[in-house]
Amino acid sequence: MASLKDLRNRIASVKATQKITKAMQMVAAAKLRRAQEAAEAARPYSERMGAVLANITQAIGDGSDAPALMTGTGKDDVHLLVVCTAERGLCGGFNSQIARLARDHIRKLLAAGKKVKIICVGKKGFDILRRDYAELIIDRVDLREVKTLGFVNADAIAKKVIQLFNEGGFDICTLFYSQFKSVISQIPTTQQIIPAGVASAPAAVTDGGNAVYEYEPEPGEILSDLIPRNISVQVFRALLENAAGEMGAKMSAMDNATRNAGDMINKLSITYNRQRQAQITKELIEIISGAEAL
Amino acid sequence: MAEAFKFELVSPERLLVSEQVEAVVIPGAEGEMTVMAHHAPVMTTIKPGVVTVKTAAGKEERYVVFGGFADIVPAGCTLLAESAVAVGDIDRADLARRIQEAREDAADAKDDQTRTKAEQFLSQLTTLEGAILPA
Repeated sequence: MASLKDLRNRIASVKATQKITKAMQMVAAAKLRRAQEAAEAARPYSERMGAVLANITQAIGDGSDAPALMTGTGKDDVHLLVVCTAERGLCGGFNSQIARLARDHIRKLLAAGKKVKIICVGKKGFDILRRDYAELIIDRVDLREVKTLGFVNADAIAKKVIQLFNEGGFDICTLFYSQFKSVISQIPTTQQIIPAGVASAPAAVTDGGNAVYEYEPEPGEILSDLIPRNISVQVFRALLENAAGEMGAKMSAMDNATRNAGDMINKLSITYNRQRQAQITKELIEIISGAEAL
Repeated sequence: MAEAFKFELVSPERLLVSEQVEAVVIPGAEGEMTVMAHHAPVMTTIKPGVVTVKTAAGKEERYVVFGGFADIVPAGCTLLAESAVAVGDIDRADLARRIQEAREDAADAKDDQTRTKAEQFLSQLTTLEGAILPA
């Protein structure tokens, strides 16, 4: 049985931990709001981009002069997986959920005899995937130093992917990230970005009906400029969703931790009080029985 | 007074402008163009330059954009910029960094086509610098 002093120390340490988790929860809540705002602010761009893209693919029609990034290489032998996770832990199952989805996907691909390459964005996913698939990881992107996620960060990742594609490094590229549903639910998601499925673009919503557009320069040229940009945008969106999701997950994880610490303190306090009472009773009995013996 | 139409300037980070305007001057890839209400549908890429917006209230606002894309329909004009800032807020150091990067790109270019592209981009940037930063 732990002594009274031990119990006291224990309670003090749990209280300290509770203060830390509480602070982390509040920090996560503040960051979550900012991340959510950023994600919302980025939405118009990706929406318009989708509309424009749908529009222009319609204009090109049969897609004979569509760039390879859009039509793909026509094979699906080599898959590139871009796995986006958080840089930090302590956010519940957030990272492991994404990693698990990626791992299932990899296993399926490998079983089908495909080749798999992985680019890890974020440290945590890298740490998890390294255990099983270290030899498949070709690159990792570190966003640890990045304070506020900017479009440049996403652009850099997209450029890497596109360069690899142009060198014939892979046929199909899939993005893994966590979709931010709400504070308590983040859904790990896959999204194919190369070849960019035209079907993934929302149906063309053109205000001017099917107006005949003039293109400056040629549609094909615009498209070849637009597709890489679209990939950057998709990556950017994924990163933003991830950032918001991470903060949401961290907030609820820390909330749980704070509550658990509270429960623990209650339990320890009860034990402490009971034990103290037992000791007092014991001492009283000793005194009384000592007096009786006289 | 000219008729107003809806103009939106969007960068990946946020929506910068969304209002009724009278005219917008866009630095198109094949020359500057002024967009007014009921413009024929045009889709054009834009080069680094200055977008001048004349709002319906008669104010004139200028934004620096670094490449992007404009979608013009009779009902309005949407400008998807890769990066956009109001001229007043432009960061000299940032611009200098972009120019430096472009210069390096031009120097590293492997084949003629990419070199021409990089040099073109570089010259557009330096023109832009001259236009907005009277040194």
